[in-house]
Amino acid sequence: MSKTISSAGFQGVSVQPKPLRRTFMLLAEQHIWVFLGLSLLLFSLASPYFLTLNNMSNLLTQAAFIGLLAIGMTLVMINGEIDLSVGATLALACALAVGLQSSIGVWPAIFVALCSGAVMGLINGTLLALSGMHSFIITLGALIGIRGIVFIYTGESALMVEDFSYTEIVEVYLGPVSLTALIFLGFAAFFQWMLTCTKHGREAFAVGDNAKSAHEAGIRVKRHKVINFVLCGTLAAIAGVLLSMRLGTAEPNAGKIWELWAIIAVVLGGTRLQGGWGSVWKTVGGVLTLAVLRNGLSLLNTPNYIELMVMGAVLVLALVIDKVLGFGHSK
Amino acid sequence: MTEVVLTAERITKTFTGVTALNDVSFDIHAGEVHALMGENGAGKSTLMKVLSGVYHPNAGAIHHRGELVNFTSPRDARDRGILLVHQELSLSPELSVAENVYLGAWPTNRFGVLKKKELHEKTQAALDSLGCNFGPDVRVGTLSIAKQQMVEIARVQAFNANVVIFDEPTASLTESEKEQLFIAIRRLRERGVGIVYISHKMDEIFEITDRITVLRDGELQGTVNTRDVDMAQITRMMIGRDLDQFFHRAQGAAGRDVLEVRHLEKEGLFSDINFKVRAGEVLGLYGLIGAGRSEVAETIFGVRQPDSGQVIFDGEEVDFASPKDAIEKGMALVPESRKEQGLILGMGGRVNITLPHLNLFSKMGISDTKKELEVFNYYREQLEIKTTGPEQPLSDLSGGNQQKFVLAKWLCADPKLIILDEPTRGIDVGSKSSIHKIIAGLAEKGLAVIVISSEMPEVIGVSNRILAMANGRLVGEFSGDDMTEENLINAVSEVPLESASQPSPDDKTKIHELKRTAP
Repeated sequence: MSKTISSAGFQGVSVQPKPLRRTFMLLAEQHIWVFLGLSLLLFSLASPYFLTLNNMSNLLTQAAFIGLLAIGMTLVMINGEIDLSVGATLALACALAVGLQSSIGVWPAIFVALCSGAVMGLINGTLLALSGMHSFIITLGALIGIRGIVFIYTGESALMVEDFSYTEIVEVYLGPVSLTALIFLGFAAFFQWMLTCTKHGREAFAVGDNAKSAHEAGIRVKRHKVINFVLCGTLAAIAGVLLSMRLGTAEPNAGKIWELWAIIAVVLGGTRLQGGWGSVWKTVGGVLTLAVLRNGLSLLNTPNYIELMVMGAVLVLALVIDKVLGFGHSK
Repeated sequence: MTEVVLTAERITKTFTGVTALNDVSFDIHAGEVHALMGENGAGKSTLMKVLSGVYHPNAGAIHHRGELVNFTSPRDARDRGILLVHQELSLSPELSVAENVYLGAWPTNRFGVLKKKELHEKTQAALDSLGCNFGPDVRVGTLSIAKQQMVEIARVQAFNANVVIFDEPTASLTESEKEQLFIAIRRLRERGVGIVYISHKMDEIFEITDRITVLRDGELQGTVNTRDVDMAQITRMMIGRDLDQFFHRAQGAAGRDVLEVRHLEKEGLFSDINFKVRAGEVLGLYGLIGAGRSEVAETIFGVRQPDSGQVIFDGEEVDFASPKDAIEKGMALVPESRKEQGLILGMGGRVNITLPHLNLFSKMGISDTKKELEVFNYYREQLEIKTTGPEQPLSDLSGGNQQKFVLAKWLCADPKLIILDEPTRGIDVGSKSSIHKIIAGLAEKGLAVIVISSEMPEVIGVSNRILAMANGRLVGEFSGDDMTEENLINAVSEVPLESASQPSPDDKTKIHELKRTAP
């Protein structure tokens, strides 16, 4: 046996990179955190108002909404799919939570709002499973359709809560961290754990990586994807309910193009668009980096269009770095 | 004989009107290796997919260990111990070895949380029993193809399979990796596993199998004991007639020198390469995978730059900076992988042939469809390509016919020298023969042809002259009656000890160090 092994190609020489190179590779793989650190540093030098406890607390709360969308998006994108309807779903949940509470009470309204998100996810996922069309098309339709429902429901104008004690539900802080931010971080931790330690989570990678082999190994690929779309829709609805609590109103245009911010955050975090690879932690890194950039730029009174240009440039830059470093996750 | 593990009785399977299998019966004994042979499209893969639960047959019955079974999914088949090892590996590169081995059957607690430790230990045991030297936690994407194949075989071990189907397992393995695979297969056989072995390679079939079943056009041609038949009989069963002449060798006289290579060297890949190719001649370049054959060809073609040496092409010294220069001068290189070869499989033959030469087939940026059709029809006839028309997507065609389009594409530019790297890899016997005929025809028309191949019968059959290569050096030249398998084997295996490791870019530094430390 020893002879065959030594002569055969199975005996690979394991390459141990030098410590410096290993550090570099680690940094390259975790580049989103380097990015985040750099932008934090940059803005704390540029603006005295940036690195204050108050602003940081605020930033984290702002980040939570897109963050919740991005967590769901990560799950779907690891599957190799995409959900463009999350912003509209958020608006729907927001409108339902506000609009229904006078007739059925606050908690039932919240419950219905959350269910609406799950149902939208279920519809997206089921259409995907039954039609075999690409999720891009299906959720693009859903994006327009759901937004239409929101406009009809709200009568094209903002709904206002009647009892403002509703907005106090989320006014709970753990130190400087708001309940909204805690919910976001809690879900991030949970879904990161799910992806690494549970069957469903690991299957997400198998499905995104090689759907055919996953199917042939007996994984129910379609059902798996439907579950992830339901999770994604539900998370969007949670973000919508939290937003309604924060604002006390439900704008029919709430969450417009937030699906794009969420996708950008996920991609910044290194999740592969074709599926099969990704991490919720790094998505959190992407979300925070985006939040820091937006917050920092507005503190510097940068005009809105400059803000958009910077963000666009950052996205492209991040992808270029990702491609150049190309740390072995290419297919 | 021994116990029958799996029988398929009178299986018929049709796809939207096309009959892929017609009334085929097949059985597998415990502890045998059963070859399934046939040309591409004969129904081998369909039959295996029926047996492994991927497809549901339209008619017929499957018995597993004496019980009638009705598989509705691959999972049903796997639960009964029937496993398919795919031709194109079906692993998830981003998952770990352990996760791949147990894909779809991960141990979990009742909340769906993975038992990682159990998964690790079970996989380690399976890997150990196969003699693998990599661990269960490695990401599969970082392993070589051969190791990935061992991961697939570890599945067999893990699921305690009693029937294993190998679909062209050696297609991308080197010789030594193949030996390792055969050791694993023999081990499974000793344990009483019934093994189905699908391959186009006759030598492998005769080396490892006990029985052979041949399919043709979806129909059973018969099952025979391997030791009772020879290659010619099997070939006849597969193609339904005698191959009048299996190989075709160019008959014309060789003309002027088209290419001369002098002292070509690229550190770590090859050194001191000298040879000539004449017009009207087929030069075979034989060697094992990793011997540096393709690298020499690529260097001549301008894919990479040599460290030293001269290339004289068509009477003048050339130094191609890129393949584009080489193509313009009249050289063509057809690499071995068809899919990465720039065939657009979703489109038809007309478009594919003229794609690299659109400037010849267009006026002011608008393509001249009539001219394109002429060219298409010319090559369709010349190369005997089987296609329904110029617009039929190439993905509908067999590997052999796709390969002919690759050839047409290159011939269209009217080269003086054409280098073919493994021109018949993964192609069935009938098409192979017709590709060989085309090669001979090219030389007879006055082209200089270099054929790189690791299949000895092929290189002997088509070449007028053979260069043997091993470990980056030319180790022999043969022509006429000296072109025998024995001579070639001797030439490539007599290798100086110093360079015994196969040079590859990764080994470059190692060789470098070896040289330095040598007295």
